[in-house]
Amino acid sequence: MSLRLLVLAAAFGAAGCATTATDPRDPFEGYNRAMFAVNDTVDEALFKPVARAYKAVAPVPLRGMVRNFFSNLEDPLIGVNNMLQGKFLDGWTDWMRFAFNTVFGVLGINDVASEMGLEKHNEDFGQTFGRWGAGDGAYLVLPFFGPSTLRDTGGLVLDVAADPVSRHRPVDEGNAATAARVVSRRADLLDASRLLDEASLDRYVFLRDAYLQRRRSLVYDGSPPRERRPEE
Amino acid sequence: MKGFLAGAALLLGSFGAQAQGHTPPDELVKGVMLDIQAIIERDKDLQSGDRRKTIRLIEEKALPHFNEVGMTALAVGVHWRKASPAQKKRLTEEFRTLLVRTYASSLASFRDQKFDFRPLRMKPADTDVTVQVRVLQPAAQPVVVEYDMEKTPRGWKCYDVRVAGISLVINYRTEFANLVRDSGIDGLIRSLETKNKSLDAPKASAAK
Repeated sequence: MSLRLLVLAAAFGAAGCATTATDPRDPFEGYNRAMFAVNDTVDEALFKPVARAYKAVAPVPLRGMVRNFFSNLEDPLIGVNNMLQGKFLDGWTDWMRFAFNTVFGVLGINDVASEMGLEKHNEDFGQTFGRWGAGDGAYLVLPFFGPSTLRDTGGLVLDVAADPVSRHRPVDEGNAATAARVVSRRADLLDASRLLDEASLDRYVFLRDAYLQRRRSLVYDGSPPRERRPEE
Repeated sequence: MKGFLAGAALLLGSFGAQAQGHTPPDELVKGVMLDIQAIIERDKDLQSGDRRKTIRLIEEKALPHFNEVGMTALAVGVHWRKASPAQKKRLTEEFRTLLVRTYASSLASFRDQKFDFRPLRMKPADTDVTVQVRVLQPAAQPVVVEYDMEKTPRGWKCYDVRVAGISLVINYRTEFANLVRDSGIDGLIRSLETKNKSLDAPKASAAK
């Protein structure tokens, strides 16, 4: 039914306004593009340079430990989401990962669980809502967080509320840890963002579509229904 | 020795394609990926990201296994049928160039990747399959790369690649549709030309 709606909306869009036919998935495109530009400016001025410096200064093993440490802290909540989606074995795996990595991996800086064959998962509340049947809702570019949708924004509110890093007290420690996590993540994404620059004709559209495809794939745990191609 | 074996396997593979039996799609993907990895492993220029050499490597080793026209049709979507044969040819050339230029810069990282080639369950009559390769990485869910392959008289050809669920081909559809809507198919061709020229310009964007 959503497909038919999409086609209808596209037809209306094309008929309604000749120059800026809006994408039915993106009714707030005007605002979104503005926020995208703001995020980009902040990224270029602040996050990207800091991430580059971090990558230049911190050796690979250290960066690995930082990445592992924050990754480990995510696993309990990933487990909760797997449980909420009825994937009990996966959820159990996530909690086992957290236990092993915290104890034997020295507070998570070594990912011993992966070496044992306990694979990391990727879950959050947005995906859980999707699994429960919620559609994406409108595409939404959030300040700082970037690409999202109405559904994923709802999920993000819960993700943040349950996040052990930003909730950590005393506040200054929590803030320092959050900053370190941001830098670590941005550094890991440097290659991807360069690829985005090179691959796209319109970065906004390219990133939006990639985000929507990615989330769809995550909700279906990697096997969403296929797209067809027109005859040649 | 390993390189020799890979080379021999590839030779045999192409030999096989000449005869009746084509290399099965999963073996084809594995052979090509390992071959490229082995080549990068013994070439310092490729490791340091020598662009011209990397592009040549992709063109020689990977491109012959892609259905370029099919990929372009998939990216252009509904407007493909409206394109003239000459336009289709130009679109295909420019889109191929864009993909090769874009992914050339990622190829150096191929060297220290660990691949987990997933066995393909297919029936003998299948003509359209998806080959999965998982790229293992530290502290993150493995990245799944999927190659959509179809059987052609010239062997199995890839017509779409999905990385972590993102189709590198379909992701262009909206961008292309917007350009066709604004300035027609020729406009799309012109935009692709401009983009490709900017990617070839000496490191203008890389220095940023």
